[in-house]
Amino acid sequence: MNIKAQFGMVMNLDKCIGCHTCSVTCNNTWTNRPGAEYMWWNNVETKPGIGYPKEWENQDERKGGWVLKDGELELRAGKRTNKLLNIFYNPDVTPIDDYYEPWTYDYETLIESPEKQHQPVARPKSQLTGDYMEIEWGPNWEDDLAGVHETGWRDPNMRGLEEEVKFQFEQTFMMYLPRICEHCINPPCVASCPSGAIYKRDEDGIVLVDQDACRSWRFCMTGCPYKKVYFNWRTHKAEKCTFCFPRIEVGQPTICSETCVGRLRYIGIVFYDLDKVEEAASVTDEKDLYQAHLDLFLDPHDPKVVEEARKAGYADDWIEAAQRSPIYKLAVEQKIALPLHPEYRTMPMVWYVPPLSPIMDSFGNGVDGIHPQMIFPAIDDMRIPIQYLANLFTAGDTEVIRSVLKKMVVMRSYMRSVQLGRQPDQNLLKQIDMTEETLREMYELAAIAKYSDRYVIPSSHREHADNMFLGQGTAGYDFMEGCSDCAVNPNMTDSYQFGEAYWGDIGGRTSNDL
Amino acid sequence: MSTYDQFFWLIYPYLMLTLFVVGHIYRYNTDTFGWSAKSSEFLEMSRLRWGSLLFHWGIIFVFFGHVAGILVPKGFYEAVGITEEMYHFGAVWFGGAAGVATAVGALLLLYRRSTVSRIRINSQKRDFLVLILLSVVIITGFTNTVGYTASGGAFDYRETIGPWFRGILTFTPDVELVTSAPIGFQIHIFSALFLFGIWPFTRLVHMWSLPLEYLNRNYIVYRRMQGKKLTNR
Ligand code: HEM
Ligand code: SF4
Ligand code: SF4
Repeated sequence: MNIKAQFGMVMNLDKCIGCHTCSVTCNNTWTNRPGAEYMWWNNVETKPGIGYPKEWENQDERKGGWVLKDGELELRAGKRTNKLLNIFYNPDVTPIDDYYEPWTYDYETLIESPEKQHQPVARPKSQLTGDYMEIEWGPNWEDDLAGVHETGWRDPNMRGLEEEVKFQFEQTFMMYLPRICEHCINPPCVASCPSGAIYKRDEDGIVLVDQDACRSWRFCMTGCPYKKVYFNWRTHKAEKCTFCFPRIEVGQPTICSETCVGRLRYIGIVFYDLDKVEEAASVTDEKDLYQAHLDLFLDPHDPKVVEEARKAGYADDWIEAAQRSPIYKLAVEQKIALPLHPEYRTMPMVWYVPPLSPIMDSFGNGVDGIHPQMIFPAIDDMRIPIQYLANLFTAGDTEVIRSVLKKMVVMRSYMRSVQLGRQPDQNLLKQIDMTEETLREMYELAAIAKYSDRYVIPSSHREHADNMFLGQGTAGYDFMEGCSDCAVNPNMTDSYQFGEAYWGDIGGRTSNDL
Repeated sequence: MSTYDQFFWLIYPYLMLTLFVVGHIYRYNTDTFGWSAKSSEFLEMSRLRWGSLLFHWGIIFVFFGHVAGILVPKGFYEAVGITEEMYHFGAVWFGGAAGVATAVGALLLLYRRSTVSRIRINSQKRDFLVLILLSVVIITGFTNTVGYTASGGAFDYRETIGPWFRGILTFTPDVELVTSAPIGFQIHIFSALFLFGIWPFTRLVHMWSLPLEYLNRNYIVYRRMQGKKLTNR
């Protein structure tokens, strides 16, 4: 057994109100720089829709993720030799126009306009060229199904739905899907990078890009099936969600979670067995990938696992965190959280509790009074949402979706009985194969969980990163980069300055010029 | 031998080659972040396609052509039984084809960089300098190959420029060998040396990062906090 800890996130989609707070705070924290302004490491899409970038799920075009070739796991975009032969021109790049051309507004005319008969207008200006432009697509063009009667047809999750059924989908349902990098257990972005600049952190599974090692070969963006590696057009380097590692390392949740208005995000760690990953990612039937992924996770209460984790160097606070992990509870114990597109074989680690609301909506108001025995047949009937959700979360397996939705219905009904002092219907519990205890835990985690229950984040043990005594009193000289990077002396400047001076210096324009 | 000759064919070459070597060490140590191919494909794909493909595949052949023509002495070919005709056939046809591809590619890249505004505006001056210089080097080189070799011209670079350059590399320079070379060749040599001099300070450093280690690396890279690189699978 080769035990590893891995950070994961679960989002409860029923609670997402589509407010984009997460995207904005993430952008303010990480990407409000020239070259990165178009990046939304966290974005919230309205589904159905083609998303951001356009049709990111259409892997026939985008070529992301892994496929099975003769039983072997291989990158869909091609293997190593193929990459080197295409290094001068990667035919599978998703160009910036498929995200959107970033723009700002010509605010100056508002202030400096002379008195005129008509109000002055701030026209949009491209941040790539500084020219005036027409806005024809943006990062969230399809918000609340805008224009989806046109774009919705190109949503790959619509496959398996018959034409006439499809025609009604925009009346049928709508949901929000907040997305960040999945910090995959089997990350194709890492595998795609010829320089080895993208890596997975051994201690906690966070996937990062080494900015000094990135050589601009731009294969990682193709490799990621979720299109969550972005290309900074200013520095010519790949950038991606960092899982807010500086916050995580001190036990704080990511900024998107911290600021989430719906309080729908959970963060925790799970233990998994690294030796089993390849086998799990290579199961033949795509529908088995969800189960294979679940089987990777180790039971943190199992004494054998605890012992192995200690041997692997995980401290007691990490083991405790794994035992209290909301991720483990939601994914493994309650089995209501599901991975996004398991068929990409990436073993993603941001999971989702599918939304029940599209189904409940069809009953109109006063839903809570409706008896599960009425809703169950409806769940089976509602082909569109079920199939659609299955295409998102279970590689098309509708049974899993049904079982999750039924659990959510039963949980509500059970808690209702408890609150009203009635005898809960034991028969219902049997139908969903859950004990009262887990059902109650499910309720607590969903409805009344405190900050410290939603985010169980063990601090990183930086104090073990190096022998701190060795560094005592040294001036920080090392062999190649001299002491410019590590100097304590404020007179020594950092070699990379990311202020306006730096941007001006590399010949590009700064935000001031726009 | 005039001072003029001494400068152009002795001092200047060593100056540029020194810059080339020392400059790379300097740049790598002071600007690791800037060491990249600076791909602009994300902003513009269709024109890059032919420009980059023609240029790069062309320049690879051109490089090996130079090894064969300049670094390998003429005597070697005679010893292994490659006749003058066979050599010239190769030089003209393969060298010519590679030259055309490279030249067309470079000009396409230059055209793209100057006309696509999102590329032009986000270029550094040195991105233009590199492309212009490369175009000069390639076009003078190509016209020399075609002009002199194909027409069976009297000038044989394998008995003049080749030995001179090998002399420079082995620190036994003989300036006399190139002083009488035709002006086309002289411009080619001069501009190529200039390119070597600025090479370390431009995007051209990406050439050294050709990631061959990818071929036998494990797919998934892990790194530990201690900074040791670990790979798995
Ligand atoms: C040996 C391996 C080489 C590799 C792997 C390589 C790879 C690349 C890549 C990935 C790009 C970026 C293309 C893009 O915009 O997406 C590039 C651009 C470029 N390369 Fe290379 N290259 C190599 C050798 C060379 C050599 C030997 C030269 C010239 C002597 C060269 C000159 C250039 C130039 C001038 C550009 C910029 C093109 C532009 O204006 O956009 N490369 N190369
Ligand atoms: S989701 Fe994140 S870890 Fe997974 S392939 Fe994409 S960038 Fe890499
Ligand atoms: S902040 Fe929370 S509720 Fe708002 S869009 Fe993001 S995930 Fe949804």
